[in-house]
Amino acid sequence: MRAPFAAVLALVAMPAVAQDGLSGPDAFAGVSDQSQRSVALFEEMGKVLTHPRCLNCHPVKGGPTQGDDMHPHSPPVVRGDADFGAAGMTCNTCHGDKNIRLTGHGSIPGHEPWMLAPVSMGWAGVGLAEICAQIKDPERNGGKSLEDLFEHNAHDGLVGWGWDPGEGRTPAPGSQELFGALTRAWIDTGAVCPG
Amino acid sequence: MGFETTRRGLLAGGAGLMLALTLPIGRGRAQVTVAGPFAPNAFIRIGTDDLVTVMSKHLEMGQGPYTGLATLVAEELDADWAQMRAEGAPADDKLYANLAFGAQGTGGSTAIANSFMQMRKAGAAARAMLVAAAAQEWGVPAAEITVKAGVVAHPGSGKTSGFGALSAAAASQPVPEDPPVKAPADFVLIGKDRPKLDTKAKTDGSAQFALDVYRDGMLTVVVAHPPKFGATVASFDDKDALAVKGVQMVRQIPSGVAVYATNTYAALKGRDALQVNWDESKAETRGSAELFEAFTKAAQAGGTTVEEQGDLAAFTGAAKTLEAEYHFPYLAHAPMEPLDAVIEVKGGKAELWYGCQFPAFDRPTVAATLGVPVEDVQINVLLAGGSFGRRAQGSAHLAAEAAAVAKAAGADGTFKLLWTREDDIRGGYYRPLTVHRFRAGLDDAGKIIAWENIVANQSIMMGTPMEPMLQGGPDSTSFEGSTGLPYILGAKRIGWARMESPVSVLWWRSVGHTHTAYAVETFLDQVLEAAGKDPVAGRLELLPPEATRERGVIEKVAEISGWTGRTRDGKGYGVAYTKSFGTYVAQVAEVQDMGGVPRVTKVWCAVDCGIAVNPNVIRAQIEGGIGYALGTALHNHISLAPGGEVEQSNFHDYPMLRISEMPAVEVAIIASEADPTGIGEPGVPPLGPAMANAWRALTGRAQNVLPFGGATS
Amino acid sequence: MTSFRVNGRDHDLDIDPDTPLLWVLRDELHLTGTKFGCGIAQCGACTVMLDGMPRRACVTPISMVEGREVTTIEGMEGPETEAVRAAWTAIDVPQCGWCQSGQIMSAVALLQAVSAPSDEDIDNAMAGNVCRCATYIRIRQAIHDAAKVLEG
Repeated sequence: MRAPFAAVLALVAMPAVAQDGLSGPDAFAGVSDQSQRSVALFEEMGKVLTHPRCLNCHPVKGGPTQGDDMHPHSPPVVRGDADFGAAGMTCNTCHGDKNIRLTGHGSIPGHEPWMLAPVSMGWAGVGLAEICAQIKDPERNGGKSLEDLFEHNAHDGLVGWGWDPGEGRTPAPGSQELFGALTRAWIDTGAVCPG
Repeated sequence: MGFETTRRGLLAGGAGLMLALTLPIGRGRAQVTVAGPFAPNAFIRIGTDDLVTVMSKHLEMGQGPYTGLATLVAEELDADWAQMRAEGAPADDKLYANLAFGAQGTGGSTAIANSFMQMRKAGAAARAMLVAAAAQEWGVPAAEITVKAGVVAHPGSGKTSGFGALSAAAASQPVPEDPPVKAPADFVLIGKDRPKLDTKAKTDGSAQFALDVYRDGMLTVVVAHPPKFGATVASFDDKDALAVKGVQMVRQIPSGVAVYATNTYAALKGRDALQVNWDESKAETRGSAELFEAFTKAAQAGGTTVEEQGDLAAFTGAAKTLEAEYHFPYLAHAPMEPLDAVIEVKGGKAELWYGCQFPAFDRPTVAATLGVPVEDVQINVLLAGGSFGRRAQGSAHLAAEAAAVAKAAGADGTFKLLWTREDDIRGGYYRPLTVHRFRAGLDDAGKIIAWENIVANQSIMMGTPMEPMLQGGPDSTSFEGSTGLPYILGAKRIGWARMESPVSVLWWRSVGHTHTAYAVETFLDQVLEAAGKDPVAGRLELLPPEATRERGVIEKVAEISGWTGRTRDGKGYGVAYTKSFGTYVAQVAEVQDMGGVPRVTKVWCAVDCGIAVNPNVIRAQIEGGIGYALGTALHNHISLAPGGEVEQSNFHDYPMLRISEMPAVEVAIIASEADPTGIGEPGVPPLGPAMANAWRALTGRAQNVLPFGGATS
Repeated sequence: MTSFRVNGRDHDLDIDPDTPLLWVLRDELHLTGTKFGCGIAQCGACTVMLDGMPRRACVTPISMVEGREVTTIEGMEGPETEAVRAAWTAIDVPQCGWCQSGQIMSAVALLQAVSAPSDEDIDNAMAGNVCRCATYIRIRQAIHDAAKVLEG
């Protein structure tokens, strides 16, 4: 486990180029049409957005999923009124403010906060075009402007968890820095959604 | 034999004198028909505080013997239920033998059955001695004295007393040779719902299990066990383990490498840091797929005949022949309290505290491992957090490991041995992986004229210290339930192919019936359908006239479930019948199709276990047995990857039934005056086949590979 | 040094900050009603209250408990606890008993949040508490019974 982790760390130092399955904005410089370039940038962002590390807590129906195969969460949990589980069994019954390494093997993920994305931000099984439309819509994205969105993607801690998910989980591709750079470039090219 | 008085100070929570009653009850006098050596027993303590403590010779692991055995004593003692207490009897084969085994141990759902007369005689003797003491003190004839709800009274003089005030005088009374016991019609407590004695301590955290024992200077020990069955330690490097703060030492023992630490977390971290090289030259390296292939081939070859009737040539005259093959995986018991034990070695003597299920095997094993006389090994039997067979080890491997840990420490000390859930799930002693093959022949009229069933699996008892109990015969726990069927099936042959593997196997709640009931009752269901018969009516037709108790439970379950056939209102209904551990059980399961996955919404159960000592506990065991069986049928298999490593490790990949999956359960207990039979296990076997039969009724799909989830049919 | 409160008593312990609360409660404080069942937050046997909310002690490093209040089964009191214990006892819910401390913690937490829970509320709140003896029918019944008593 140590070697690949070290490799990821090394790559984080080079944000603008392709790393670990995610290309930087430079890779799309050759797309001359700005609108097409914007779409291409979002599709690249989509590799992060649709990664199991993100989708598992962005369900459309039911509760969260787990693992790279996105199987139902065990033990069974429900969304609850506040996207935070049921009375008597909320997300923080098990999850804490950081990943906890377990003896034996694996870890239990954690971050502050740790909860489900609202139903309006459900992505699991949804196409990229619809995800894009949702992300841009302040009615459905928590009232965020595009600049807020950049800030969120580039620096939010829970988003960043996707690249530091704890032992036993595949990190999201690339890095948060690269994901931020893609978001910046996507916004700067007009934040065009896939058709 | 007789009473002996001891200082009450030896016993927690009271003052004054304690009365210990030991009773000589010979085999003949106890009127117990099962074989076995029978020595004096000590089951009852009556305190000056009026409390009656029953020393339970059976491990309380949730199945209710503390309450059951105390009920039997209280009935004949005419005690008040509120004054009854129970605690685990220590390891002592002479005093506390299971009359069904001839040695001390709990299993085979025998607790009530083997104790029924013994405990009643013990209670009756104690009552007679209290009465004799009162007669002497009051100067009245014993025959005029009554005992009711814990009060000894002489109506003529108006004198009354509790048990406590009479206990000292009772101690000097002669022990009655053969005290009479009540006729069933006179039972006051037996047959009525009775609150359990251990409930309160299990709602406030005060119940004491092995893991709850803390002693001065105690070290916690975890053991790195081999990753493959049959592998042994080749070498190990403990440098990193010893660097963990709190780790005191690392020792090789026969079962692996033990890490000793001042607290549990340090022990676990130390084990993680340990490097062990394993010698896999004798290990099982086949995966489950290869094992199934080998077992199937052996089943195809026919096995050795273990039951036979008529001539299988009858198949040649069959108008229709049906065949089926079933695959059952290894299963872990997964009691909520994983295996654990505390052992203290001091000055050549050993004392242990744990939920010991087979003292008869564990005590001599500890003695032999430590090289001390058996008398110098004391086992304090605590509550057990479930077992389901897991703690009933002929190999005594847990006791052996605890003793090896103490021995390898090289000096006197106290050690708490803990198995983690991963150790438990990956640690073997599984329900045997089993293949069943069937064929049945029907004549033109749909009558079954020939039946063959071959079972291929490992033996639980052969090759272990339990083998002598088989007296040279085949291990019937491998195929019980395939044999001994009440149904008239024409010419019949049951075969058994004994398979071998380093994977350790053990009895698992209802033992052979875990697979035979499923295989027999689902195959029979298919045969009955082929013959155009209703599952309930078809089964009843196959019963001979003398099978009244079998008929009784099947008819009863049909009645309470409102049986109208295999489907109703979009739901499937299946029935299954099993006799196990002397008890007759029939269940009907109601199943819905939730997008290709079965959901059991209700189960009806009729049970005939003879005299129902405590209907409350009987219902609880049936409810729990149904849940245990359902979770298993839906979710559970232990599989070996190619190479031989177990693929599961904890509850995330060996999931337990959860509350949302639990069906409603309705239990009907058949009124009976027959001697009581087992209840801890018999609720388990019929659930799987009843559910599978309902599922097939609903979907047309036969599930011959278990579990349902993820399995293909 | 980690400082925290358990059942109304203050504790200062010099201990590996990664040590799970479960083992601190058991090994250091000898509060043994909180049980070990899986070590990975799958079974709920180790459930305690952390600042009044249910929490699996097996995945709670002691460092997370700094300055906080823990209540174990031994320290539980109040109307919901009393009603749950009485309901549990009245219908003899426990079999082996190992999981029951955790079951009771979750049941109390549910009733503190929802005074008259539906079957679905119960399923959701109790989903993380495994009972290998499958006493679920009686758990469900006892929660309903306790709710009725609390309603008066």
